[in-house]
This record gives sequence, C-alpha cells and structure tokens, in this order.
Amino acid sequence: MELTERNISLWSKLGSRATYGLAILELIKVIEDKLIIVTADTSTSAGLDRFKKKYPNNYVDIGIAEQNGIGISAGLASENFTVFSSTFTPFQTMRCLEQIKVNLCYMNIPVNIVGLASGLVLGDLGYTHCSIEDVGVMRALPNMTVISPADCGETSKAVFAAAMYNRPVYIRLTGGTNNEIVYKNNYEFEIGKAIKILAGEGVALVCTGTMVAKAINASKQLNQHDIYPSVYNFHTIKPIDQKTLNNICKKYKLVITIEEHNIIGGLGSAVSEIIVQNESNIKQIFMGVKDNYLISGDYETILNKTGLNEDQIIKEVKNNI
Amino acid sequence: MIDQNIILNEIKKFSNETKLNIIETAFKTNGKSAHIGGALSIVDILATLYCHILNINIKNYKSNDRNRFILSKGHSVLGYYSCLCQIGLITKKELHNYEKPDTFLFGHPVKNRDKGIEFSNGSLGMGLSLGVGLALAAKKREMEYKTYVIIGDGECNEGSVWEAAMSASKFKLNNLFAIIDKNNFQQTGANEEVMPSLSLVNKWKEFGWDVKEIDGHNIKEILDSLKENIQPDKPRAIIANTIKGKGFSFTENNNSWHHNILTEKMYLNALDELKE
Repeated sequence: MELTERNISLWSKLGSRATYGLAILELIKVIEDKLIIVTADTSTSAGLDRFKKKYPNNYVDIGIAEQNGIGISAGLASENFTVFSSTFTPFQTMRCLEQIKVNLCYMNIPVNIVGLASGLVLGDLGYTHCSIEDVGVMRALPNMTVISPADCGETSKAVFAAAMYNRPVYIRLTGGTNNEIVYKNNYEFEIGKAIKILAGEGVALVCTGTMVAKAINASKQLNQHDIYPSVYNFHTIKPIDQKTLNNICKKYKLVITIEEHNIIGGLGSAVSEIIVQNESNIKQIFMGVKDNYLISGDYETILNKTGLNEDQIIKEVKNNI
Repeated sequence: MIDQNIILNEIKKFSNETKLNIIETAFKTNGKSAHIGGALSIVDILATLYCHILNINIKNYKSNDRNRFILSKGHSVLGYYSCLCQIGLITKKELHNYEKPDTFLFGHPVKNRDKGIEFSNGSLGMGLSLGVGLALAAKKREMEYKTYVIIGDGECNEGSVWEAAMSASKFKLNNLFAIIDKNNFQQTGANEEVMPSLSLVNKWKEFGWDVKEIDGHNIKEILDSLKENIQPDKPRAIIANTIKGKGFSFTENNNSWHHNILTEKMYLNALDELKE
C-alpha cells in the first residue's frame, strides 16, 4: 500500500481502525483468495463493511464469541489461509487468551490478531473497553510478535508485514480519528527494527503507538531550551530491538519510555529487561498508566490525567536530565 | 451382509489391540498415573475411526485431502497414540516411551505432523472450534475431506464448546462430526454431581446439529452414525453412550481410573480378561 500524501492525510483523518479496513481491501488484491478476515460482530468498528460486501466469501463473522473465533482462525490458518482476526482489544486479547496461547503460540499457527482501539481512546466507555494490559499479556506468550504502529501509515505497513511474516502476530491499534501523522514520506518498515526519528543527545525518548507523535512534539519544544532529545519509534515491542537498545545504553544518560499502557508489562518493561543487562549507568523513567484504573472520561482528559501529553514529557526530561 | 460382518470383526479386533496397547503403555510408565478411564471409553469409537472411517495410513497421512481428526478431550491420549501405533505412524518402542524423558508422546497430544499428531490438545473446550475452522476451510476450497472431533461429556461444561457448536450450524458444516463421549463421569465424580449435563441430545439439536444417539461400544451403531448422511446442511453430533474404563472389570464405571496407576497385578489381570 502506497504512502502517498493523499493516503496519509486521509488515513489520519479516518483513524487507525478504518485504516486497518482499507489496508485489508488492498491486501486481498495481493494475496487474493488466501485471505480470510474474521470478525466478532465488529465489522463497522474495524472499517470492514466494504470488504464484507465485496468479498463475502473471504469474510467470516463468528458473532460475539471471541474464544471460538481464535479456534476457527487457527483451523483456517493451519489449512494455509492468511487469517486476520479483529475486534476491540480486551476481547481480542484477554477474553480469548488461553485460546491464543494454545492455538497460536503453543502450536505456532500464524494467525494475525488486531486489537482495535487499544490504550485509552475509548475512555468514555469505561475501562471494560480501554486496554492498558494487552502488551504485557501478549508479550508473555512465546512465539508471539507484538506490533504497535505509530500512525495510520504505519498501521497499513504493519498489516502487510504481518501478512507475509508467517508467525502469530498481534497488532495493537491506538488513537482515534484525526490520528497524528508521524511519517509524511515513505520509509522502510521492518518487524523487530526500531526507527530513530529524531537524532539528539543526552536523553532518548523511546516510544510506541500514539506516543511517538507526542514525543516528537515535546522534543521540538525542548529544542527552544537547548535540550535535544532523540526520539525512537519502537513499533515492534516483541521481539524488542536489542541492538538499538544496546546503542542507546552507550550513547545516553537517560531513557524515557512512553506508552499508552500500564507501566507494568509494556514497552517500558521490555526496555528495562534489556538495559539491566548492559554495563551502563543509564537511568530509565517509565511514562504510562501508573498501574491503576483512573476515572473514565474522554480520551484527551484521560491522557492528561495520566500524564501522557507533551507538557508532562517536557517536565520529565527537564527534571531528570 | 457378509462384507459388513467382516468389517465389524476387523474393527473389534482393532479395538482389542487398542485396549491392549493402552494398558501395556500405562503399565510401562513404571508406576506413573495414566488417564485410563477416558481412553477406554472412546476405544471403540477410535477403532472405528482409524480402522474404517478416517482412511489415514502411512502413505497418505500428510496429504491435503486426508480426513482430519482432533482429540479435543486430549487426556484420552493413550487411545490416540495406540491407534497411531497400530496404523504404523508411531513405533511400539516410541509408544512405550510414553511420558519418559526424551519422548515426544506427552500426557496430552503435542502437535507432531511427522507422527500423525495433528494438533496440540489438553485444555478442554478448544478442539471443536479448531474443527470448525478445518471444516470451513474445506468448504471454502471445495475439498472433500471430513473433520472428526471427539469431545468429552465433562468437557461440555466449557462454554467455548457451545460457541463452536453455534457456529458450526451457522456455517452449515455437514462435513463436520462431533462425537461426544458420554461416559457420565468427569475428573472428580459423576456429571450429575459435578455439573449435570441434562439432555445433551436436546442441547445439540437446539444448536442446529443433526444428532444421533448411539451405544458407543456397538461397532455397527458407531459405523452407521459416522456414515449415514441424513440432513444435508447440518453438522452431525453423535452422542455416544459409553462406559468409562470400558473393557476391564476393575476399571469399568470406576472413576478412580480417571487417572491412576496400573500395578503389575492389575496389568496381568487385565491381560487375562482381554484373552477371554
């Protein structure tokens, strides 16, 4: 799928969920009848209504029964279909966790699961619909790959990369409509390889999902104070890019991990698991949800209360550098 | 009719050999507990499948058009391994290495396509969903293979079994067979005490399946239920009334044999009973 100026702007307006649906419409042009899309009564939420109408034979709705959905997906994938299953993140990851463990991970059957509206974007609906645990849970499963795209263009790249990867993959979609754009031009996306977006010194902002854009904004504001943080996009949380992290340990005194996820189990944990193995004095600050279920509210409010905004990133950098 | 008698006798012979393999393998664990009761309750069903229905052999067991088999009640694995041994996919030596160091034959099946073990099972309530996926794949590709799943009656406590049941009828999977081993027991007691299953026949019917209730130790009834096609657009559920621990006086309907140790004395006793 091409990252043209028009596409990037359109996808960003639509948000990551609708972009997923558009990416699937393109993917079927490439892999044709090998593709099966599984949904749990959530086609509209995943931008899949056009696909459903146009390709009824490649579309399987399993109803509100996600555990069965994983089993069916695994059965289809073991017969060499390329399968994408999607629904809201808590139901796509935790409701059917043991099915994912046994069918996808234990048997290493390459199903792609897509968690819609992960993080805090559905704050209005309460924490049954938010997801601040999914990365920790998915990361603990052997054979599972965990991808968290930074923007809608990257969502589309992740879908295509996962389809060709031939292993169990979890794609975590964050952000709402008017998803901030990180990449305005085409670039190389490789599963497992982090991308340095801004080159600076002293402090590395290691982020994933929607927090990449916020870190870029914060970094630019800090430049006015003569502070030049580097910004890294860790779109793949598992396998974590050890090589890049080893370099970060050598080059910086401070690393701040930023994620729309609990600070337990997510990107911050994955990063610390590597940096403690390095002989370095690098200090790590964990930015994320502080292991609580805050009062629900609209996305912006929850992000601000959680401290996942530019101001708080600037504060953490200044306080710790 | 003569032909059918020959077939029935062949299956009975196969079933007796499976019983022998089950107790021999359990005995050769040298004092380890084994899931004997549930392996024996499905022994005649397994024998019918492997002898006459699945048509899986050493030549075709990896071919795309082979019939698919899933042992959803994975703890009945001794029966499964014994059948794979009898059709030549597992050697006797490998079978007797069951649950020993460096074996690939664990207490629940671990996927090993080279040995004919199609899937990993053991966590109850998952096999039928997988089977729905396989049967759906056959429909999408217009392939002829059929999918057979053995489920326990205790296993039917799991809600996910019913999610799968619901979807199989939605997708009109008349190429899918669920065989429910109704031995009336589960790990710690009778279904009636632990979790009553009420009428499994009615439940599966209400979920849109074409249901047959049979004597799960009557080879002819098993065979007929697996061969007859009555309703074209429905999956087939076979409620097989079985006896947990079938075949030996000390194991039949004795739930302590859900998972237990076979001593030498019991083993020799079982061998005698098998000869009779």
